[in-house]
Amino acid sequence: MPRPMTITEKILAAHAGLPEVEPGQLINCALDIVLANDVTAPIAIREFRRTGLSKVWDPEKIALVPDHYTPNKDIKSAEQAKVMRDFVREQGITHYYEIGCMGVEHALLPEQGVVGPGDVIIGADSHTCTYGALGAFATGVGSTDAAAGMATGEAWFKVPASLKFNVEGELSPWVSAKDIILHIIGMIGVDGALYQAMEFTGSTIEALDMDGRMTVCNMAIEAGGKSGIIAVDDTTRAYVNGRFEREAVEYHSDPDAVYAAVYEIDAADIVPTVAFPHLPSNTRPAAEARDIKVDQVVIGSCTNGRLEDLRVTAEVLKGRTVHPDVRLIIIPATQEIYRQAMHEGLFDIYLDANAAVSTPTCGPCLGGHMGILAAGERAVATTNRNFVGRMGDPTSEVYLASPAVAAATAVAGHIALPEDLE
Amino acid sequence: MKFHGTAHKYGRDIDTDVIIPARYLNTSVPEELAKHCMEDLDPNFVSKIEFGDILVAEENFGCGSSREHAPISIKAAGVSVVIAKSFARIFYRNAINTGLAIMESPEAVDGITDGDEVEVDADAGVIVNVTKGETYHAQPFPPFVKDIIEKGGLIEAIKQKVAAG
Repeated sequence: MPRPMTITEKILAAHAGLPEVEPGQLINCALDIVLANDVTAPIAIREFRRTGLSKVWDPEKIALVPDHYTPNKDIKSAEQAKVMRDFVREQGITHYYEIGCMGVEHALLPEQGVVGPGDVIIGADSHTCTYGALGAFATGVGSTDAAAGMATGEAWFKVPASLKFNVEGELSPWVSAKDIILHIIGMIGVDGALYQAMEFTGSTIEALDMDGRMTVCNMAIEAGGKSGIIAVDDTTRAYVNGRFEREAVEYHSDPDAVYAAVYEIDAADIVPTVAFPHLPSNTRPAAEARDIKVDQVVIGSCTNGRLEDLRVTAEVLKGRTVHPDVRLIIIPATQEIYRQAMHEGLFDIYLDANAAVSTPTCGPCLGGHMGILAAGERAVATTNRNFVGRMGDPTSEVYLASPAVAAATAVAGHIALPEDLE
Repeated sequence: MKFHGTAHKYGRDIDTDVIIPARYLNTSVPEELAKHCMEDLDPNFVSKIEFGDILVAEENFGCGSSREHAPISIKAAGVSVVIAKSFARIFYRNAINTGLAIMESPEAVDGITDGDEVEVDADAGVIVNVTKGETYHAQPFPPFVKDIIEKGGLIEAIKQKVAAG
């Protein structure tokens, strides 16, 4: 019998061809998918060329998504996107998504069934940890690691110790997955899970839909985590069936698996939460932040640009208009989400409220384009980082929140809760 | 590897957005990236770095984005080695892969003051504060990682493997 293992240890052991692994062990893993985007792929391609290989390991297991500075922001970013596009054509890479099919990578790949349960995925983007929501081991790496993955189909890892976050109970009205993860990051800090895997369990997590689970795992990196993970259940199976292009493999933590720490969290203690500048861990209840006036609200990103996020946004905005001093920018994360939101009539609600709706892009989240802040301006965003200068001028400020709080803030002109609105 | 330079000391959680703001990520040319290194945290950083100088920081250096542009810009700005109490994990891998020397040493970070003259022997894991006459020790790299560094980085390691068939 192998030693009792966590879900993360089991996935890594299977991909390393070992009966068991333990935290701290250095292993070489077979990869299922290697991802890069228009910012990280050009360097990865440059590094890949240095290996002396003429062909990538498997053109069907590499995903390249032009989502950060696209539709091309300027000439330089157009050149970067072209480097990637030319490489795709040269190598015959199948998982490439041109503008018009493109989406924010971490919403797109699960939706398109490119990543799924039991996978080991590396991505040259820190929010690759999102796919843990599908019961996969997924972690962000740099361009050189991605290049090595594209060349060999393998990556080396130090097996991470696991932290368990067991959340039990029912969430209060307007409290969402975003509030759960902000609550956890506020509790353990931006390096509270450094080098470790964050495993989310409990009735509150089980009650989340896939969109919510992806929001939770997406921000594991904001606590320094190597990965976030939620075990497969019926919700996952319903999402993956008919979508995932390979065979799903389910892993579950053994009851006696060893954790570096276990955090028991009562859902009743989680309130609508805002992370103040300039760290995601700088959290406060939204109800104590009503004095913060804002110039812009952004709803979208790999954290909160999915259909459920757009529905909640519409629920808050319906019959209301955005405060005249605020610019509200809503960015559906993929074309499919965009289309579905349009069909459901959400765009009418947004446009009636005087919100701008954009084609999918990471855009403003990283201060790329489509909503850059001027000196001294403040934004509430459903994105994932509020570092100095993240969305524009170094003196601008970003407050992180859920779609419900962001939408209410857009109407009120200051940080607000949906129940504050008339 | 041995380094010698002036220490420039910063705080904890220095994120990759301040190391190289995303508004400059529409290029991957090292010299271009170097011009903007750390500018949102310290606009004078690039002008005060002499070639070979040493960057010192508290915990969780390089947190945030996976952008390899961060270690590339630090190296291209002339920094020889980064000494921190701890590194965010993606930055840690990226530094090894791109050949930016890094050392984990809480005692060195506590001992070094901004502007101190510092000598580093990375292979021995020894850091000498010439100004104060103190010696500190760094955590050694695991042998597996040391092997990648000795081969000249991850791509060089793969190249050697490819050449060997």
